[in-house]
Amino acid sequence: MTAALELRSISKRFGPIQALEGADFVLQPGEVHALLGENGAGKSTLMNIAAGILRPDRGEVVVKGVSLRLDSPRNAARHGVGMVHQHFSSVPAFTALENVALAARWPMTSPRVVRGKLEELTRRTGLAIDPDARTESLSVILRQRIEILKALATDASILLFDEPTGTLAPPDALDLLRVIRDLAARGSAVVLITHRLDEALAHADRVTVLRRGKVVFTSPAPGLSEDQLASHMLGHPPESTSSPVSAAVGGPPAIQVDRLSVPPLGGRGPGLRDASFHIVPGEVVGLAAVEGSGQNELLRALAGLIRPGSGVVHVQAPVAFVPEDRTTEGLIQEFSLADNMILGFGTSAPWIRHGVLAPDLCERLTAELIEEHQVHSSGPLARAATLSGGNQQRFILARALAQKPRVLLAEQPARGLDIQASRDVYQRLRLAAGAGAAVLLHANDLDELLGWCDRLMVVAGGYLQVVPPGTGRDAIGRMMLAPGSSPS
Amino acid sequence: MMLAEPGVLALVGSFAAAAVRISSPLLIAAIGETVVERSGVINLGLEGAMLAGALAAAIGGSIEGPWFGLVLAAGAGLALMALFAGVTIWLGADQIIAGTAVTLAAIGLTGGLYRLIYGAGGVGLSLPTFSAVSVPVLSRVPVLGPILQQPVPVYLGFLSVPLVWLFLFRSRFGLALRAAGEAPDAARTAGVPVRWYRTAAILFGGAMGGLAGATLVLAQVGTFAERMTAGRGFVAIAIVVLGRWHPFGALAAALLFGLLTALQFLFQASGIAIPYQWFLMLPYALTLLALALVRRRVAAPAALAKG
Amino acid sequence: MTMLSVTRRGLGDWVASLAAVLAGLAILALGLSVAGYDAAGALAALWHGAFGSWYAFTSATLVRAIPLITIGLGIALAFRAGALNIGAEGQFYAGAILATWTGLHLQGWPRFPAVVMVLLAGVVGGGLWSLVPAWLKRRYGVLEVISTLMLNFVAEALTSLMVQGPLQEARGVYPQSDSIVAAARLPLIPGTRLHWGFALSLFLAALLWFLFRRTLWGFQLRATGTNPRAARVSGRINVGAVAAAALIGSGMLAGLAGSMEVSGVSYALFQSLSPGYGFTAIAVALLARLDPRVIVLTGVLFAALETGAAGMQRDAGVPAVVVYVVEAVIILVVLVADAGARRRAAPVPEGAAA
Repeated sequence: MTAALELRSISKRFGPIQALEGADFVLQPGEVHALLGENGAGKSTLMNIAAGILRPDRGEVVVKGVSLRLDSPRNAARHGVGMVHQHFSSVPAFTALENVALAARWPMTSPRVVRGKLEELTRRTGLAIDPDARTESLSVILRQRIEILKALATDASILLFDEPTGTLAPPDALDLLRVIRDLAARGSAVVLITHRLDEALAHADRVTVLRRGKVVFTSPAPGLSEDQLASHMLGHPPESTSSPVSAAVGGPPAIQVDRLSVPPLGGRGPGLRDASFHIVPGEVVGLAAVEGSGQNELLRALAGLIRPGSGVVHVQAPVAFVPEDRTTEGLIQEFSLADNMILGFGTSAPWIRHGVLAPDLCERLTAELIEEHQVHSSGPLARAATLSGGNQQRFILARALAQKPRVLLAEQPARGLDIQASRDVYQRLRLAAGAGAAVLLHANDLDELLGWCDRLMVVAGGYLQVVPPGTGRDAIGRMMLAPGSSPS
Repeated sequence: MMLAEPGVLALVGSFAAAAVRISSPLLIAAIGETVVERSGVINLGLEGAMLAGALAAAIGGSIEGPWFGLVLAAGAGLALMALFAGVTIWLGADQIIAGTAVTLAAIGLTGGLYRLIYGAGGVGLSLPTFSAVSVPVLSRVPVLGPILQQPVPVYLGFLSVPLVWLFLFRSRFGLALRAAGEAPDAARTAGVPVRWYRTAAILFGGAMGGLAGATLVLAQVGTFAERMTAGRGFVAIAIVVLGRWHPFGALAAALLFGLLTALQFLFQASGIAIPYQWFLMLPYALTLLALALVRRRVAAPAALAKG
Repeated sequence: MTMLSVTRRGLGDWVASLAAVLAGLAILALGLSVAGYDAAGALAALWHGAFGSWYAFTSATLVRAIPLITIGLGIALAFRAGALNIGAEGQFYAGAILATWTGLHLQGWPRFPAVVMVLLAGVVGGGLWSLVPAWLKRRYGVLEVISTLMLNFVAEALTSLMVQGPLQEARGVYPQSDSIVAAARLPLIPGTRLHWGFALSLFLAALLWFLFRRTLWGFQLRATGTNPRAARVSGRINVGAVAAAALIGSGMLAGLAGSMEVSGVSYALFQSLSPGYGFTAIAVALLARLDPRVIVLTGVLFAALETGAAGMQRDAGVPAVVVYVVEAVIILVVLVADAGARRRAAPVPEGAAA
């Protein structure tokens, strides 16, 4: 049987970074093939090459036995390769129908005909969507469905899913994986890019592991264990993650919130409604929530960036905030690290006197800070853009911690970082707690939260619930989807 | 009843006709700019394109007649905007400042060329212009009939409205263009060559701007003077916003402006002693008022001016 | 919003600025030759008109540089914060109107206070004129590009109204105002027509340089203009207030330029008091990369260009208006060079993190 897709000896380099080296990958029709690896291992790069988004430096792309030069996504689509993207690549202001029509290049002259095409697609695949709904108003699940429909509308028989369950709550993730298996059963060849071992083992027919740009392992899935896969991904057996116990938990709450309501960011979603809780110094509390449930509103209101609609908030100063988007919100990429220090410290900095800056002092203190926190850079005058993602995050955290905060708020602090860097981030957060700060953070990955936090709270549909200790993972997953329900 | 007096009715009729005629350069420029802004580009060089078109129309008109003037004007606007497109879309310069620079260049070029060709005397009123063409039957309708006795470019301007609507909302190229203006990254992923679409839109906008200038010269004023566009290009941009980036909205807004400007002449004709400068200010002040009232954030193409 | 990156000036920036000026002049020369003029002669006339004599230099070029520098400083202030003030022309006129009115009513005042009052009136006039777009932006989200532009036309119409109406000179013949009282006029440097506004503009340049580089407020300006999102989130900077303050400050400087022109040069108000200072100042600020010290230089450069252009028209018969082409080319070259520098500074990673 001819393979649906074959990637032979693919190599790709970005500047000094060798993203892929001699990678081989074979995909059979009708199979779900999981592509595993840490963040930065090269999974997305490899699939971007298969989808025509990137061109390989060396190697061959073979679709249904024919060697091809895929120089654009359009070209790839013509040969039946469709990518379902991680970061939604639909136009937010368009309706679902318009987005599918755009990707499928349907002629728009008769609205009735176009609608008919979408209906036919729905019938064929069992995936229904309201054609006139504005994409930005749809839930994450439905927006993802649009992505799938887009790929199928271009008659893709090879589907590449890039971390599809990353932003989904466990029950929704399960539904999606079932849909994926169903697509494979109907004849499509499916690649599932993921870093989640449990998903790969439960839903894939075969597994391939990438590490630092090279394929290190490939095998049918049945019979494999998570530890085995983890070893291949890391290059060594996985260590047990024992989080350092924080000292001095207790005292009067550092964060006290009473019936807090916050209007939704960007006018979309429920915002935060009527939340009440408190956090004492030394605690690391995690927020488990699906995207857009109100967790960002909560964190930003506590950080003083949004004005609450109603309710009472008491937060002990100083407050440090680590935003979700480090490249566009956490740092000014064009500024030097020293300038970014000035940015983060604000008015109470040691280099400011009567409104006048002392740039030499700032430079010196920045140099000390990046030395102490092992931020790899060419010095305090280096532009932020020259640092790697992990180092940028390290710098942001260092800057936050240097203010000796009593409250530390973080949105997805380990997003996009590999296991090592991610662990580093969480250890620093725990250190901050050890020094007496109250830490409140949100992360998409429930396992991450369970591994590093002292306790959890769930935000769903704008409502906040404290999770009773001892609640199981599945129960928490259900809570994330049901606003205002109690754990069963 | 005073209103039924034939003199008053005739006045209303010619007033309405004047309003329509005055609004047509604005409309033509605004329709072009609507397409441009829908693709995600803000073109402050529109004023320059209009001015270039005006001069080209005067030159072309005096050589070969008004139709040639139209064609030359479209070409001049297009050429000028090709420069803008090259600098912003392909070389990455900031759109807003580049547009202002292009308008500045047009002022310099048209001023210089005009003096060079026509000397200090100017082109005068010797320009062959478009005469009014009456739409059969309908133009005999009492009172409002005169609206349909316009020079040809006016009709072309109004015709462009439904045509552009069809393009934007009933064709997949219009869909792709709108995607480029709302979410260029998403559009690129869907295979839309964003830069080419924007370039094409800018060139179209330039041609329309040139035609608008030609309409001003050949169908309205009848001659050329330095800086005669007097900011109409910028008013056209405001009309695009007022019209919520929709061709029919632009039509309504342009007619409103035409009405207000015609009002100025009406007042002057009826001898009411209001200093004319207030009327000069009125369109701009009203634009500001209207812009404040339109919920801009909701309607603008999301990627406008972000490059 | 993509804006100029206000990072430290490197050698590359100076080269780009120089290239821009040369390119502008080259295109002028090319165009003139094609049009049949004596290009070399025209350029010589240009130089002569600007620098040919001590008198030309001080009493024409430098005098013209004063409003260009002052408004240019204001433009730099606004642009640094990302507020695109294209309405300096209108703000200039607003300042000039208020300054003229004040200067006509200061009979019996001693010299120094009278001059100060007139200049203050200019600041207030320009400030008020830029308050409207700032408020429209804050309250209704109206793009300041459009609102400042529209107000240019309103200001010009208002000026026309004033000089043909309430402010018209006593005999009611010419569309201009009476001359302001002698006490309200800026003193001249002896032997020239250069007024003390020159010293004021130099002082302002120094002051702004200090503010931009050495104060927290100046940093906040820069942060707001470079990345308003990060400024808001990371720096807890009130970017709306910073941008509005920059816009209003910009208007005040333009208004001051208007009052200095009235108080130091024309002593009266009339229709075309400004030959497009508000637009030329944009080129002045851009070529200087928004650096106040360099704005002094570029202000003199553009003043030389425009003064020279008048000389070029007189002596070589070339229409002075073509100097706008030179200015436009300079702006475009600087923009393109800046875009290239920005791309090299913060390259967008191509999906490297898989």
